[in-house]
Amino acid sequence: MADVIKTDAVIIGAGPCGLFSIFELGLLDIRCHVIDILDKPGGQCSELYPEKPIYDIPAIPLITGADLTARLMEQAKPFKAQFHFNQMVTSLQKRGDNDFYLTTDGGLEFECKIVVVAAGGGSFQPKKPPIPGIEAYEGHSVFYSVRQMEILRGRDVLVVGGGDSALDWTINLQPIAKSLTLLHRRDEFRAAPDSVKRMRELVADGKMQLKIGQVTELKGEAGLLSSAVVKAADGTVSEVACNALFPFFGLTMKLGPVADWGLNLHENLVAVDTAKFETSVPGIFAVGDINTYPGKLKLILSGFHEAALMAQQAFHYINPDERLVFQYTTSSTSLQKKLGVE
Amino acid sequence: MPKIIFIEADGSEIATSAVPGMTVMEAAVKHQVPGIDADCGGACACATCHVYVEPEWREKVGARNAMEEDMLDFAFDVRDNSRLSCQIKVTDALDGLRVKVPAKQF
Repeated sequence: MADVIKTDAVIIGAGPCGLFSIFELGLLDIRCHVIDILDKPGGQCSELYPEKPIYDIPAIPLITGADLTARLMEQAKPFKAQFHFNQMVTSLQKRGDNDFYLTTDGGLEFECKIVVVAAGGGSFQPKKPPIPGIEAYEGHSVFYSVRQMEILRGRDVLVVGGGDSALDWTINLQPIAKSLTLLHRRDEFRAAPDSVKRMRELVADGKMQLKIGQVTELKGEAGLLSSAVVKAADGTVSEVACNALFPFFGLTMKLGPVADWGLNLHENLVAVDTAKFETSVPGIFAVGDINTYPGKLKLILSGFHEAALMAQQAFHYINPDERLVFQYTTSSTSLQKKLGVE
Repeated sequence: MPKIIFIEADGSEIATSAVPGMTVMEAAVKHQVPGIDADCGGACACATCHVYVEPEWREKVGARNAMEEDMLDFAFDVRDNSRLSCQIKVTDALDGLRVKVPAKQF
């Protein structure tokens, strides 16, 4: 396991509010590491609506989610935050008077002085199809991802879906699996054309099967799958023999481990005060869609305001004896130096 | 104001009042209709506002658009009358529209 990473602040979530928190904390000399479960920054702006225009960012009449993310990254750049993608924070503990300890599902460990929860709607996690009884098979025969593909060697694999995840796993698992079937509800795929072409070649070479239809039922015993019942568009029902199933129906947001960190929650949101945006645990802050307070609006612009106030209190928490003189970026040479524009 | 009726999986009905121009999803969210999650807030990006349009309304509601067809890949138990309710604009012609909500979006 790698060494414990020591830093001033850990920001959980690289969405717009997490990214702007880097900026606001950076102006006060607080150095950040940022952890996100996705493989890229932007949170919902990247994952849900990269091409959709946003109309309510002050002074920017129209900007896409992808562009907003790119601009926030640029704005935060002088502060050299370090990003850790594809990582979910699994535990967060207070250690001693002034230190928090965090771990991720990828085995990273952090020690920091303050934590900013900017986790939006929670972690993006694979959608679990509501096939009756599917829970019993999860982990044994039903997988949403695996870190080691070897465990699929020699198995009869059924992949369900038509997007990039489904096609990528199909192409990667085909050489390892004993047999591989790709099931999709229509004979059209939204995955990258190259992957679709590769899949069709494998089908033409007899190396895998492509089936059009939807899973309605799973058959098996004691957590071990033996077949999936598939309904075609014309209503005909058939069975696909398989002992490993990969359903790919996109991602959904779940609060996830945040619920276990001892923070006061209100309807699955983290309760904060509106002066400091601090949670019920001093030193842990929450900004953006994940927090709640009287009058809360889930707007990106509100999250930006929250980040600015949060940073002030974070400074006092880290430097209890120091006075903080409020400064403007337009006139302060010291702030301009930090931004690299002076 | 056009009425939009949501039929829950257990058969119960929730009548909502909508304003022309809003979407069927927005009518559901405004009235807190269970089963319409609308995770993405109407960007046609999540497929968690999936509904089944009752047969007598299918023609008036019209067909899916291409983006919606792609996004339905992420819905469960897609049928011929499946639509994403964020892609159905309410008009006066849809007054009385009846849609079924799936037992679970996901």
